[in-house]
Amino acid sequence: MKTNELTLKKSIELLDKKEISIEDIYKDTWQVYEEKNKELNIFLTKDKDALIKAKNQSDKPLKGLPIAVKDNFLTVGLPTTASSKVLDGFMPPYESTVTKRVKEAGGVAIGKTNMDAWAHGSSTETSDYGPTKNPRNPKFLPGGSSGGSAAAVAADMCIAALGSETAGSIRQPAAWCGTVGLKPTYGRTSRYGVVAMGSSLDSPGPLTKTVEDSAMLLNIIAGHDDNDGTTSQIETIDYEKNLKNGVKGMKIGICYVDHPNIKGTVTEKSVIDAGHIFEKLGAQVDQIKISEELEKGKILTHEHAIGVYTVVQRGEVSSNLSRYDGIRYGHDRSHFGHEAKNRIMLGTFTLSKGYADKYYNLAQKIRGLYIENFKELFSKYDLLISSPSPTMALPLGSLGNDPMFGELQDMLVEPSSLVGICGISVPSYHDGKTNLYLGLNIMGDYFQEEKILKAAWAYEQATSFNPWIKK
Amino acid sequence: MTKITSDTVKHMATLAKIPVTKDEEESLAKGFTETLEVVDKLFKIDVKGVKPTHQVTGLENILREDKINEKKTLSQDEALSNTKNKHNGYFVVDQILAED
Repeated sequence: MKTNELTLKKSIELLDKKEISIEDIYKDTWQVYEEKNKELNIFLTKDKDALIKAKNQSDKPLKGLPIAVKDNFLTVGLPTTASSKVLDGFMPPYESTVTKRVKEAGGVAIGKTNMDAWAHGSSTETSDYGPTKNPRNPKFLPGGSSGGSAAAVAADMCIAALGSETAGSIRQPAAWCGTVGLKPTYGRTSRYGVVAMGSSLDSPGPLTKTVEDSAMLLNIIAGHDDNDGTTSQIETIDYEKNLKNGVKGMKIGICYVDHPNIKGTVTEKSVIDAGHIFEKLGAQVDQIKISEELEKGKILTHEHAIGVYTVVQRGEVSSNLSRYDGIRYGHDRSHFGHEAKNRIMLGTFTLSKGYADKYYNLAQKIRGLYIENFKELFSKYDLLISSPSPTMALPLGSLGNDPMFGELQDMLVEPSSLVGICGISVPSYHDGKTNLYLGLNIMGDYFQEEKILKAAWAYEQATSFNPWIKK
Repeated sequence: MTKITSDTVKHMATLAKIPVTKDEEESLAKGFTETLEVVDKLFKIDVKGVKPTHQVTGLENILREDKINEKKTLSQDEALSNTKNKHNGYFVVDQILAED
């Protein structure tokens, strides 16, 4: 086995035992980079001094291991573009909190990964530097917006990766690439130094090979940050400690399988099957019939969430991207790509005089209703499960001209993202013909990262979909 | 149904300071109209008495001491390190006032 194919957990173990060296890992990692990066377009930049930085880190938790970083994290010494030509050549003068914590723990940012420009999208096709291809099958998309980071993990071009999610941007590419992706509760990880998109939604998080690796990386990046006032003061816990305690006695609700786009598909089957697996593991599992609950006026559909999300996100985009004036840094506003122009202007419209009440305030009110909905659901259930995406990876070129492509892709995770709760996607199906994957999205209430990790670990162990877990 | 015209797009482009071509105006207007069709479904939801949510985990008035944090402050050189146009330690901006 090549050392770049090791999990975070295993590589640390083998480095400690001196069975492998950090040089081995970098040699194998750069080898696969040289072989495949040109074709797959995963990394936009690489740090050629990574191995030098990796040496003498053996006393730190991450031992100098190579970590791939989404290109919207500010990294001193490595250009940061958020995959937009507006920021072409931008060299950050300060470091994001999340990457700072990873570096302090002995991780090395080996390069910056491709993404949808400004994280606007679910395919990486809106990147100004061309789309990333799915390492599982290069005819297909990796998903997005953290598509480059998910692909870097899937291609073993790193040991683990960092991404960010606004609605689906960690979990959907993790699912499409057959990796594990965790979107923490809003405010559990710091947004400081992450190129701002939807400030009331953005959550940085880990993309990893296994659930255990996810817990390990979350341990390093989670927690309050003085530089981000929206991070929570609630103490973090050791997410590895109770990871293997199982789901016995948990109540789990299955969501969104009765949607017409999903009914009768392998997506529906994989979620229902996951329910059976959790039952066997000792959990109590119910199917939540969204349509029936809707009639009772209790639950809003994911279709409404698309509307709410679109208004909130476009509004926050238009405000956040107003800072790019081309004067202090970056290039002028004529360099925005089509998708960014589209979102900025629609946000400008929904926030403009006469429309802010009609659209933005209405959306924020309905967002409150979603929070109430989920509060009620979590009074009955410990966890909710769904698919993070209606389908497996779509072929290259699927974005086309559809202004709502991303929203339709992300509709199953938009309700939980608007509410700000946590979720993790784990491989839940493998198609032998295409070599593509589905993911299972396990959602928990605010700050219940430990619970979703426990369930995800139990599921990963009980199934054989994760390619890094050898039976 | 909310129909967005090319003129509205042109106005938004001015407000957002984004140059758009005639072709883009039309395609953006079409895209906006399609998007707002989805958004307009929200008008059916009863929100009487519901307050808007701005912060999901319930934080309010997070303040810090009004002190300069030296560690967080960029030096003049750092602040100017990414600009294309500087002069004597200042950013150079376009003239916005016309001369009489």
